[in-house]
Amino acid sequence: MTGRAGEAGAVAFEGLTLGYDRHPAVHHLDGTIPRGDLLALVGPNGAGKSTLLKGIVGEIGCLDGRIERDRGAIAYLPQADEIDRSFPLSVLDLASMGLWRRLGPWASLKRQRETVLAALAAVGLTGFEDRAIGTLSGGQFQRALFARLILQDAAVLLLDEPFTGVDARTTDDLVRLIRGWHGQGRTIVAALHDLSQVRAHFPTTLLLAREPVAWGPTAAVLTPLNLARATRLSEAWDENAAICARDHAGHGPAHPQGGHEHVHDEHAHHGHAHHDHADHLHPAGPEIREHGHGRHRHRSAS
Amino acid sequence: MIDLVTAPVLGPFVEFGFMRRALAGCLALSVSAPPIGVFLMLRRMSLMSEAMSHAILPGAAAGFLVAGLSLPAMTLGGLAAGLAVALLAGLVTRSTMLKEDASLAAFYLISLAAGVLLVSLRGSQIDLLHILFGTVLALDDPALLLLGGIATVTLLALAVLYRPLVMECVDPLFLRTVSRAGGPVHLAFLGLVVMNLVGGFQALGTLLAVGLMLLPAITARFWASDLTGLIPVSMLVAVLASVIGLSLSYNADLPTGPAIVLAAGGLYLASMLVGPRGGLVYRLVRPRHLEA
Repeated sequence: MTGRAGEAGAVAFEGLTLGYDRHPAVHHLDGTIPRGDLLALVGPNGAGKSTLLKGIVGEIGCLDGRIERDRGAIAYLPQADEIDRSFPLSVLDLASMGLWRRLGPWASLKRQRETVLAALAAVGLTGFEDRAIGTLSGGQFQRALFARLILQDAAVLLLDEPFTGVDARTTDDLVRLIRGWHGQGRTIVAALHDLSQVRAHFPTTLLLAREPVAWGPTAAVLTPLNLARATRLSEAWDENAAICARDHAGHGPAHPQGGHEHVHDEHAHHGHAHHDHADHLHPAGPEIREHGHGRHRHRSAS
Repeated sequence: MIDLVTAPVLGPFVEFGFMRRALAGCLALSVSAPPIGVFLMLRRMSLMSEAMSHAILPGAAAGFLVAGLSLPAMTLGGLAAGLAVALLAGLVTRSTMLKEDASLAAFYLISLAAGVLLVSLRGSQIDLLHILFGTVLALDDPALLLLGGIATVTLLALAVLYRPLVMECVDPLFLRTVSRAGGPVHLAFLGLVVMNLVGGFQALGTLLAVGLMLLPAITARFWASDLTGLIPVSMLVAVLASVIGLSLSYNADLPTGPAIVLAAGGLYLASMLVGPRGGLVYRLVRPRHLEA
């Protein structure tokens, strides 16, 4: 189940469990996304694709395990953005937000106008710079967000279903853009549903169904057998699910049934034990979140 | 002819020092509160300022109980209570599943009840009215300095925070992924709201402090479409409302705070009818549609 562990990774997972209200949405994921990878994240609805991306970017805390990532910028295109489209803002201003890391709160945007216009031209939005964001169609808006991604100039890009509700021509344009980023050596992770698109453009794939099903070269991952397994893995949210007592490094086998309280205690400590154990394995990368028992937000998994 | 119009409007300001002071105080408030109101409106937090204006009450009342009708005591008390409620609500929002409006409602109700309790412990009905309706015609030097100081700090802070504040309004998730500025900027903005409400409570009273913050901002929506237009238009509306309200209150012997807010309300209703951005009159005529 491991991605290519050991290589220089842009993002590495160690026994990672992410979820909501103690229910895991991504369960015990291990592996490393190498730098420069173009990785497709595939799986049925509720498989934890969005959750994994949110975890990498730091939007939700880990229930268990950890994520290691390179220092530096991560650009994130969420599936359901929190953008207030009724806010009176021009397309130029929206795209210019991508320059935040370079300009900060005070540096003038005037001198960057050409850069921003070039980014808008690259996504086919020439002439839209003074339009209010509320007047754009869904596809045009997605293009504007890609212009912002261009300007962010990040080494790692996380795209959550970037082509949902986007027409074929726009999709082609945006895929070309993504391939261009790949050519520049950036690391890209995209959650996708269109398998033919994944096969055509993405060299590696992680098939996720809460549990990681397969991770590797796309052709080897997207086999009928694996896809059937992914579909079979339950996406149900069991309100009375038992506490996970899966064996972890340095721990004995699961406790016998009937000792729930006890198992829970064991589980709560085991995050600490795991950290102690893992600290010397990856001394370089910053740990972005401690285990977050009981402090994660109530949001529905998507 | 001109004299007939200008004399009643400008006369009282020429003639009486207290009217000039009231005008100066209201003008200071007119350049600081409306831009805050514009951001509140665009974030759909308009009613939040109403809640905050109630949250200020116990602090002001506590100041009043300790030091009587003392401006510094009541201002400090109001600031402390308002900031405490804003901070607590923000903290609860970020650490529980409650949304900001719910946690704010809880804290402001607690605060308001405590305030009413404090006022009724000592002091008569007249004192309560005084706190609620302000003292715009009795602004002394410290009060004017306070209003001027608040306006200065507000405008400087908005200039410094402008870009992250706009980003926090439009796309908070994006700001979170590129910077940690979101939380502090939001809190600083809430601080500005509280500060301007305390300033407004000096001039207009807590009950109507929100009026000069929100009505000009909402009115500006009918005249301008983006921030570079909304902010100056809202300031202009507030200045007009202050002048009209003050001279109305002098000429017709009306209470000043309500007169100013009603003047702003009148400007709002007029703008709603004839404002070029979505005014009702423009909806009646249907212009020919364009080629593309």
